[in-house]
Amino acid sequence: MRQKSVAVVGASETTGLGTIPNMSQIQLHADAALNAMADCGLTAKDIDGVACATETPVQLAHYLGITPSWVDGTAVGGCSFMIHVRHAAAAIEAGLCKTVLITHGESGKSRIAQIPRTIPAGSLNGQFEQPFGPMGPPSLFPIPVLRYMKTYGVTHEQMAMVSVVQREWAAMNPRATFKDSLTVDDVLNSRMIAYPFRILQCCLVSDGGGALILTSAERAKDFPTKPVYILGTGESVETPMVSQMADFTSSRAFSVAGPTAIKAAGIKHSDVDHLMIYDAFAHLPLYGLEDLGFVGRGEAAAFIEGRNTAPGAELPLNTNGGGLSYAHSGMYGMFALQESVRQMRGTAPAQVAGAKISVCHGVGGMFAASGTIIFSNQAP
Amino acid sequence: MADDQRARPQPTPETKHFWDGTRAGELRLQKCDACAKVYFPPRPFCPACSSREVSVMAASGKATLHSYVIHHRKVPGFTPPYAIAVVELAEGPRMMSNIVDCPQTPEALELDMRLEVVFDKMDDEITLPLFRPAKD
Repeated sequence: MRQKSVAVVGASETTGLGTIPNMSQIQLHADAALNAMADCGLTAKDIDGVACATETPVQLAHYLGITPSWVDGTAVGGCSFMIHVRHAAAAIEAGLCKTVLITHGESGKSRIAQIPRTIPAGSLNGQFEQPFGPMGPPSLFPIPVLRYMKTYGVTHEQMAMVSVVQREWAAMNPRATFKDSLTVDDVLNSRMIAYPFRILQCCLVSDGGGALILTSAERAKDFPTKPVYILGTGESVETPMVSQMADFTSSRAFSVAGPTAIKAAGIKHSDVDHLMIYDAFAHLPLYGLEDLGFVGRGEAAAFIEGRNTAPGAELPLNTNGGGLSYAHSGMYGMFALQESVRQMRGTAPAQVAGAKISVCHGVGGMFAASGTIIFSNQAP
Repeated sequence: MADDQRARPQPTPETKHFWDGTRAGELRLQKCDACAKVYFPPRPFCPACSSREVSVMAASGKATLHSYVIHHRKVPGFTPPYAIAVVELAEGPRMMSNIVDCPQTPEALELDMRLEVVFDKMDDEITLPLFRPAKD
């Protein structure tokens, strides 16, 4: 199997983003897919591999008129798309298929034909978490935060800076949902959702999606788009129950996926020009920066407070504005991947000048799963 | 008595001993006979060494407050604001629960405070393990 021999040749988000009252969930997949195919001059006849998460690959292939010889329906939450990219790259390298379409569509806000998420009363979550009053991610994902804050002496003001800095990136992005500047006081005076987190530390709820088309790096040269090469990938899972994370100050899934990708890419942290860390909630960039080794344990809050991830700084992070300010359909990973591809193509609204390597790190569930992809616009 | 609007757990063959235990006023964990690992949630084998030779044991009911959120949105069976907590049992495993007999405020809910289990009957089959500040 040849390593580092796959590239993204087609990439697009849905035509609309935010509130899309005129499209069902499967049509959001199709809208993104058709945009990505148009981006690289392909039609459904050219696609022989499909992957998606909110719908099944069966739904997707039928709807788009694709006859695939490779499918992946990995659905482990919002990082499913990073894992699809990883699996697709391996499949292309192994010769199982030539051209893979990965789609995401989610009617997270309008909820048109969205598939409901249910928790069976006899599942471990149903028996040992649900009876104690959680209601979805805003009540569960922040549960480890107070332990993290106590362990490292992180203040509420430092935690609020995550939202403040990401809003600075969003202000440069015409497609971002929220663009008005924020202060620490704005964050700390916003409506309480689940202490210690307030609404400005929780992600948006949006309609939208995106699609990627991958093929061999060799074929990528024949496409009209600038190839974005896949240098390294990683994936892992830990637990479906946030209460059962081994360590409340670190994600075991992050600590496997991230370093696996970095090692596979053969890069150093100092080589990274651009970073996306899935930010469904404001603590995730802190865990990501530490678990992927960009900073030491307990250093991430001060790193962000010190504006090291802000516009113009050394490590641009979540440059689309992130799930906190750009968009978040429920599974955000596809939007992070799209921003990494834009940065590598040189077409991002808040373009990082001269960026050559982008790390895109995702989470699924409440620290349940993780996937990491490392992209470059330089042929490996 | 626990509000019957709460999400009701459905015991399975693998977890029945736990819910039988809470109904009898006992917090039951499992311990591996091969490697001595004490673990939760219930399963009839050891998640540390894969042995099927495991025993049910009664926990002390003593715990500390590991982390929590104070939830401010309405959920059936709860009056906001209320804490959704993770407690660390003296025997090692952690579990989600609620903290009772204590103001649901950051000032009252101090991390690492000592707790003890109380049993809150939901119906004839289900009794929930909740925790309150330790009395001794």
